[in-house]
Amino acid sequence: MARQTNRLGSGGRIDRSRPLRFRFNGRDYGGYEGDTLASALLANGVRLVNRSFKLHRPRGIIGCGAEEPNAILQLGSGAGTLPNQRATQVSLYDGLEARSTRGWPSLRFDASSVNDLFGRVFSAGFYYKTFMFPQRWWDYYEAFIRRSAGLGVAPDRPDPDRYEHRNAHCDVLVVGAGPAGLMAALAAARSGARVILADQQREPGGSLVGSDLPIGGRPADEWIAAVVDELREFDDVRVLTHSIVFGYHDHNFVTIAQECGGDMRERLWRVRARQVVLAQGAFERPLAFCNNDRPGVMLASAVSAYIKRYAVCPGRRAVVFTNNDSAYQCALDLAHAGATVGALVDSRGSVSSELTDRVEAVGIPVLHGHIVTDVRGRLSVGGVRVARWNGDTDARADNSIDIRCDLLAVSGGWNPAVHLHSQAGGAIAWDERRHCFVPAESRQANRSAGSGNGRWSLADCLRDGRDAGVAAARSCGFDAAEPELPVVEERDETPLQPLWRVPAARDPDSCPKQFLDFQNDTCVADVRLAVREGYRNVEHVKRYTALGFGTDQGKLGNITGMAVLAETLGAPVASVGTTTFRPPFTPVSFGVCAGEGVGELYDPVRKTAIHEWHVSAGAAFENVGQWHRPWYFPRAGEDLNSAVARECLATRRSIGILDASTLGKIDVQGRDAVAFLERIYPHKVGRMAVGRCAYGLMLGEDGMVMDDGVMTRLGDRRYYLTTTTGGAARVLAWLESWLQTEWPDLEVYLTSLTDQLSTISVAGPNSRRLLEKLGCSIDLSREQFPFMSMRQADLAGLPVQLFRVSFSGELAFEINVDSAHALALWQTLMDAGREFEITPYGTETMHVLRAEKGFVIVGQDTDGSVTPIDLGLERMLAKDKDFLGKRSLARPDCVREGRKQLVGLLSADGRTVLREGAQLIEEPGAAHPVPMIGHVTSSYMSDCLGHPIALALVAGGRSRHGETIHASLGAGSIATVTIVPPVFYDPQNERQHD
Amino acid sequence: MLLIDCPWCGERAETEFSYGGEAGITRPKDPAALSDAEWADYLFMRNNPKGAHRELWNHSQGCRRWFGIERDTLTYRIAGTFRLHGKDEG
Repeated sequence: MARQTNRLGSGGRIDRSRPLRFRFNGRDYGGYEGDTLASALLANGVRLVNRSFKLHRPRGIIGCGAEEPNAILQLGSGAGTLPNQRATQVSLYDGLEARSTRGWPSLRFDASSVNDLFGRVFSAGFYYKTFMFPQRWWDYYEAFIRRSAGLGVAPDRPDPDRYEHRNAHCDVLVVGAGPAGLMAALAAARSGARVILADQQREPGGSLVGSDLPIGGRPADEWIAAVVDELREFDDVRVLTHSIVFGYHDHNFVTIAQECGGDMRERLWRVRARQVVLAQGAFERPLAFCNNDRPGVMLASAVSAYIKRYAVCPGRRAVVFTNNDSAYQCALDLAHAGATVGALVDSRGSVSSELTDRVEAVGIPVLHGHIVTDVRGRLSVGGVRVARWNGDTDARADNSIDIRCDLLAVSGGWNPAVHLHSQAGGAIAWDERRHCFVPAESRQANRSAGSGNGRWSLADCLRDGRDAGVAAARSCGFDAAEPELPVVEERDETPLQPLWRVPAARDPDSCPKQFLDFQNDTCVADVRLAVREGYRNVEHVKRYTALGFGTDQGKLGNITGMAVLAETLGAPVASVGTTTFRPPFTPVSFGVCAGEGVGELYDPVRKTAIHEWHVSAGAAFENVGQWHRPWYFPRAGEDLNSAVARECLATRRSIGILDASTLGKIDVQGRDAVAFLERIYPHKVGRMAVGRCAYGLMLGEDGMVMDDGVMTRLGDRRYYLTTTTGGAARVLAWLESWLQTEWPDLEVYLTSLTDQLSTISVAGPNSRRLLEKLGCSIDLSREQFPFMSMRQADLAGLPVQLFRVSFSGELAFEINVDSAHALALWQTLMDAGREFEITPYGTETMHVLRAEKGFVIVGQDTDGSVTPIDLGLERMLAKDKDFLGKRSLARPDCVREGRKQLVGLLSADGRTVLREGAQLIEEPGAAHPVPMIGHVTSSYMSDCLGHPIALALVAGGRSRHGETIHASLGAGSIATVTIVPPVFYDPQNERQHD
Repeated sequence: MLLIDCPWCGERAETEFSYGGEAGITRPKDPAALSDAEWADYLFMRNNPKGAHRELWNHSQGCRRWFGIERDTLTYRIAGTFRLHGKDEG
């Protein structure tokens, strides 16, 4: 195992008593508890971690957090493998395995790095220019692109890890536990507000973690610990670490992904906050000089973080390049860690002497008025070229100085992390003085604080955070006092010098690449080319050059890219603006989005009271909405077709029994029940006698069939409606909506009985004999209990409602029984029916039986564009009253010739079962495009009739009975079919009336 | 996700509610007397303002009552909720 050559002998926030082992690209390494994968790799001197996306250039770790564009690795293997993991945000654990996602045959020697030699071919718009022609090659292009691109591989088996969701509410949510966030949380907590403080790091403190800066007279670490201890004392304060706030949604709904460890991998917090303080800090930005992507070029703040937090010094001989004050601390940190700092290169001509003195005091040469223009070395930084500079961006650099080094720490200034503020709808504005975008007006109840608000100094951050926390608490109605600010050292600040594209020895379009977006290999020259090719708008340039399109969403290079765009256009940065910030702030796993809602918990399952009987009878089930319904009841050796054939024939010959409990059931009662239902239904509801049933269609106000069912009059002011299984909830809501919004004067009460009552349908010529055998309290004869009527009765000693309705065309009884008794009644019917060879059937046989009778299923034979007239049901439409949808039936489109109408289809060969959904055409071989005249809606083999049957919607179909048309069978095969009336079985309805 | 103040139940998450479109669309008293264009206007045409919008919502996973909301379609800010006419008023 390799030695941790870059690990410092002391310091850092790692736990040296807990060593960890991990593998990277097949080699074993060691690290410590508290490391990230990135810090452990750097500790082991691993420079090269990946190849870039397009040019396959060697890449190393550049940052230390969410901004990292290069160190995106694949973790683990098999079902638990995780693609697209930023090494800077992966906590190291024992046995971790990671590998680079690109580089073949090896990371050090990547065959595709020839792309880099032909870099000019791979310029802006490369994808659009190269892979477009000829179009028929697209399939090959796509396969090639997918193989060579990508950020890892998705697991091909279910995720073995556990995730959970948790809801939380608070008065003040503070995002980020750096100095500003800690002060904000402290101010809010002391006021009595319920506070959640969330931070993405392993421990609170932000940029101060591991720092020895004095705060309030003690080291920063001690100050952090004291604040966090105080926060944890409050009952209503929750401190979440390892928690990335990734989404800011409407009405202060905020989503947080928390890394848990243990057997729970991640937790999604769904937080509703009354006020939000955004203190998530700022991202350091790189500078665009030649070969600025070489492994060993890092952000200055990241170098400091690795030294202080992880006791890792990423290089031995360093150069620091900056245009602002902040990187001076990095130079001091490097020197303190024992590295040789060859030079601090500052583009500014003059800097406060206090700052310069402190760096020079530890022996670091400071070069004011200089820039780093190029980097030597390929797989790793070998040195830098430095030139004198007078501030002229159009100048050619003389590259007079060459400094040998293995690390270049860069700071191009800071970009406040305005992402969440922007996600919340807030405006952002270009700050001319600080040269960055800062949060402007908020749209939701949030305020920004600290460096995320453009405050750079520690004193400003602490004050800004405190003020935001106080203001947030007061907005929630708490009487918040202002906590005293800890005393910190104040220093003179020399303003940042705006510097984006660094002048090179050659012109910017032919010099070595100056990278802006490392993940997409977008360079300065690409942006300039896009402008030359006519792109002006930042959103267009983004899409053309892929700037900011990576999984880092341009956290590193976007603003620099926009500044280069502005420079190229000769426009101020403010006028170019930024692209849109959208959730998630960082990539989140599908697992945490799904939470517990996978497998059995994905969707509630509804089972009827008789379900267990079906299971023990070996039923095959199908899902109908959330219901699990028996599909068919196969016997040994039977498949779907043979089981359904047997079930159909048994029902037509003797008795079939169906669990119809999933039917929607609605009780309607009240003073105005009749008046209400008259307005809903097309038929004359009030004319029905008590105890009578009627088939009822429900139309939308657009005149289209919405649902159907049987309506039964139970009393003068009481009705009972059934709906389709899938429509139950929708119909109840629809009826309620009319009562509540349009006709509040009507006194009507609607109650769902769907689960209270179970429905057993007994169908077939022997069904009456079966009920008589069981002992029924009423006369079941045709005369005393006619078709389409209802009776209350005792059956086998149980109180039931009997309905003489039929969805099969046979003599049939639907039995409503209290669900508590349903299984017992079913069992009783099965036992008593043995002599009639009673046969349970499922939804498939139900469909065949009804199709033989031409009964439609709403949603299968209709699709929201079908009127009752199209179905041939105009006789049901009352002429002398209004009802919902009636006026629409007179609209021109509803009365035009040639509407699709319900018909039956018979295959000319008497054998071919058509495909449901198949398109119907007049003649095969017609000129393209072939006019579609309709489609098949239902199609089955009818073993009862001995031939296939189908229902279809055909333009003008009702006047075409007897004509021949054609149906597609797929793959160019065509069937000849004859249009017939849509009733195949017992058209005189003699059997169901028996 | 919106936070909606149901007039009966108080503040609840948007997932408990369903949207019912523009408020204040009244069904014509005598649809048969309307021209096709007038009927189509009632049936299909809705305002789509940028800004204040009065709309119907149903607390479908709660009390199942319909009520009105005035919501800004640009900022999603809810100015208030209101009960509908009739027996619920009060």
